Amino acid sequence: MSPRAAWRLEGMGFTEVYDYPPGKADWSASGLPMEGTQTNGPTIGDAARRGVPTCSPAETVGAARERMGEAGWDRCVVVSKERVVLGLLREKESDADPQATAEEAMRNGPATFRPDEPVEKMAKRMRERGASAILVTTPDGKLMGLLYRDEAERLAGLGASERS
Amino acid sequence: MPKEAFRGAVLRLLEEGARLVEVLPRQEYEEAHLRGAINIPLKELGRESTVGLDRAAPVIVYCHDYL
Repeated sequence: MSPRAAWRLEGMGFTEVYDYPPGKADWSASGLPMEGTQTNGPTIGDAARRGVPTCSPAETVGAARERMGEAGWDRCVVVSKERVVLGLLREKESDADPQATAEEAMRNGPATFRPDEPVEKMAKRMRERGASAILVTTPDGKLMGLLYRDEAERLAGLGASERS
Repeated sequence: MPKEAFRGAVLRLLEEGARLVEVLPRQEYEEAHLRGAINIPLKELGRESTVGLDRAAPVIVYCHDYL
């Protein structure tokens, strides 16, 4: 639809016309600002904690564990130079040989979610699947943050009895 | 010939003053649109509906996705 619109505008004398083919879906999934009647509820992009420790695949588990301890986190995300998520070191994986590389010890290909997902829907999904935290990334796989289930449930307005 | 612009380029163009135009039907626009976008549904796109747009300034059009 938008390519046709772009051609029509050019035909009407507009001199600098651009088509953004991935459009609204890409923009929203990247956590960029939206407006409208259906964009009011909190999203997982709003709720995700930033600043989760990261390491490269070549770093040692020992170095990653130290970073987690210093920052008070229970996870370290293994990322490429471009911050694309490659794997995850949870406490379980970070108990590996400290000289092993993150790539050797990491949990490969953890599930990731886009930031425009409503937090209420995600909180229920996490509870059903017993997930304590999820990774939030841009559509091109770049790390945005980590969402803990407690925080998702709090924002979704789920009461304590509903949370158990 | 219109050019394609992806997310990074769209952000740069907006900083430079480009106008965003969503060409989906009005109801879809009202539900959710990129911040700052105006709505001119494709079926209404014509000289009259674009009278408020500067023909010499960059304009970015978009719909939902590639389809």
